[in-house]
Amino acid sequence: MSTLQRDPDDRVRVLDEDGRVVDGAEVPDLSDEELVEMYRQMRLARHFDQRAVSLQRQGRMGTYPPLSGQEAAQVGSAAAMDDDDWMFPSYREHGAAYVRGVDLAQTLRYWMGDERGNALEGLNIFPVAVPIATQILHATGAAWASNLKDGDDRNAFLCYFGDGATSEGDFHEGLNFAGVFDAPAVFFCNNNQWAISVPRERQTASETLAQKADAYGFEGVQVDGMDPLAVYQVTREAIEKAKAADPDGLRPTLIEAVQYRFGAHTTADDPSVYRDEEEVEKWKAKDPIPRLESYLRNTGVLDDEGVDAVTQSVEDEVAEAITEAESFERPEATDMFDYVFEERTERLEEQRAHLQRLRERHGDEELLE
Amino acid sequence: MSSTQNLTLVQAVRDGLKSEMQRDDDVLVMGEDVGKNGGVFRATEGLYDEFGEDRVIDTPLAESGIVGTAIGMAAYGLKPVPEIQFSGFMYPAFDQIISHAARMRTRSRGRFTCPLVVRAPYGGGIRAPEHHSESKEAFYAHEAGLKVVIPSTPYDTKGLLAASIRDPDPVIFLEPKLIYRAFREEVPDDDYTVELGEAAVRREGSDISLFTWGAMTRPSIQAAESVAEDGIDVEVIDLRTLKPMDTDAILESFEKTGRAVVVHEAPKTGGLAGEITATIQEEALLYQEAPVNRVTGFDVPYPLYALEDYYMPEDTRIEDAIRETYEF
Repeated sequence: MSTLQRDPDDRVRVLDEDGRVVDGAEVPDLSDEELVEMYRQMRLARHFDQRAVSLQRQGRMGTYPPLSGQEAAQVGSAAAMDDDDWMFPSYREHGAAYVRGVDLAQTLRYWMGDERGNALEGLNIFPVAVPIATQILHATGAAWASNLKDGDDRNAFLCYFGDGATSEGDFHEGLNFAGVFDAPAVFFCNNNQWAISVPRERQTASETLAQKADAYGFEGVQVDGMDPLAVYQVTREAIEKAKAADPDGLRPTLIEAVQYRFGAHTTADDPSVYRDEEEVEKWKAKDPIPRLESYLRNTGVLDDEGVDAVTQSVEDEVAEAITEAESFERPEATDMFDYVFEERTERLEEQRAHLQRLRERHGDEELLE
Repeated sequence: MSSTQNLTLVQAVRDGLKSEMQRDDDVLVMGEDVGKNGGVFRATEGLYDEFGEDRVIDTPLAESGIVGTAIGMAAYGLKPVPEIQFSGFMYPAFDQIISHAARMRTRSRGRFTCPLVVRAPYGGGIRAPEHHSESKEAFYAHEAGLKVVIPSTPYDTKGLLAASIRDPDPVIFLEPKLIYRAFREEVPDDDYTVELGEAAVRREGSDISLFTWGAMTRPSIQAAESVAEDGIDVEVIDLRTLKPMDTDAILESFEKTGRAVVVHEAPKTGGLAGEITATIQEEALLYQEAPVNRVTGFDVPYPLYALEDYYMPEDTRIEDAIRETYEF
């Protein structure tokens, strides 16, 4: 039986909290190299996150939404996608974006306030969506378009959003349209328990978020979102189903990945106001990184030397990305006029020329004071 | 010579959609009741039979869903033309229009664009229930990244709709439903475009410039004809595109007349008459011989139809404003 057909409150797990394979669980078919790479990507996401928070604290970067605790959900799901599949992120998926080929320096650049960080030429990734749940409709629309345009060569479209997003109307409309038009979409809910300060219980009286899929006529599955192998397995099945539907079922899947945000909602948030340290510690016992590390050590895939090599590699890569991101020149002042429309309107030309005259008259230093 | 048909404005909408769908396989129509039913105003009549259910799509009843999925489709290479049944029901889709359709090109540095056209009947005067009569063009014109088009004749409707569909950026296409069937005009069978951003001079004149659009164009022309009997020569300019606005046409006319009246159904405060007035102040102050006179709806929630005729500007009110401005 596919894991997607399990009862929604029967949470899919592969590794227990100590990294041992759960009784009866099937370990996904990944090579040692793939497993080590998944571990490295999770370590990199964690290290990147810590450095990014620190950059913000030092005034070197603006507000930033941290991801620590959510590495398994991001890396496990992104790793399950095929090359041509499309990803629709919210604003916290820096780890998933990295797995899909986005340079860390680009991610930093975006959070450093430079729109050029969103230029993801050649990658099948939509730009970051800040308004909650709105990107779900874009994923459904693009997936539906793939049905209309691509025929049997359709891609899968994976959309990330949080537990809070499931309360929004666009969540309902996006999943409802996906069901009606049988769109090849995977709706990946990062249920990290908290929508800023509002707990999951305050979002819905539903027992699980996964069960909401029932109402749209397709499968919903709850997975341990801090178990990278379980996340990979469930997402892989959902991607395959999206592309080659069972004649008796619909293509879309709602995945609820149960996890925890170890840190703040953003660097502007103080979680100690609304949640106990005790709760955080309880969830830290489920930390996905030591779990996968234990599994890899126990199976002989990784040893001290291998772990040290990963540590060195992620530290170097992140340091290099920070140096690169901080070396970018500020965009040209007139850049903001260039992508409003395909061609600048007369009024945009006038305003652009006005800004240039101001710069000439006063100099950038005085204008930006 | 190519053949023409004598069409109403709403028939020209249908004809415009049909020609563009014949011309480009990526163009599709989606919305509530647009398929088998042919649209509540018949604007998509016959298209379902001609193009099938994958290109004339009956959607669930959900405006944000319609526009939001259209954005995803547009980014994936299709050219959706979503219909919102009445512009008063566009607000659930407002977030998608403002936060995403208008910003996608900037946000993605030109990689993803939203070449979609959101069509909606708008405006008052049809004895409709609440929420069916408003004119909210200023909301959309205010937003960077959106174009706003309002036709006033059948010929322009087909040509402007074609230009909007071919435009690489999102267009809000508001159709004056009061004049959907008010009159007919010869409309070519072949496809053609009327350039966006170009106003049309509907009546040449030398004393006063009257700027208007949509269903207000006809009473404005009527008022102009009426005052002409007293020797007041009004130039009536139909802006047709409200964003980008043809300020050259506005200024050219104003520099000739030195006096202006602006007519729109939308409430006065924050309405586009203010934008036109400010443009005249900024660019043509020294030509000005009278205050710019704004003839608009009142700053009240659009009244139910027992009082609607007091709300809607019509030829008498417009005529009054013309005379005031002339006599100043």
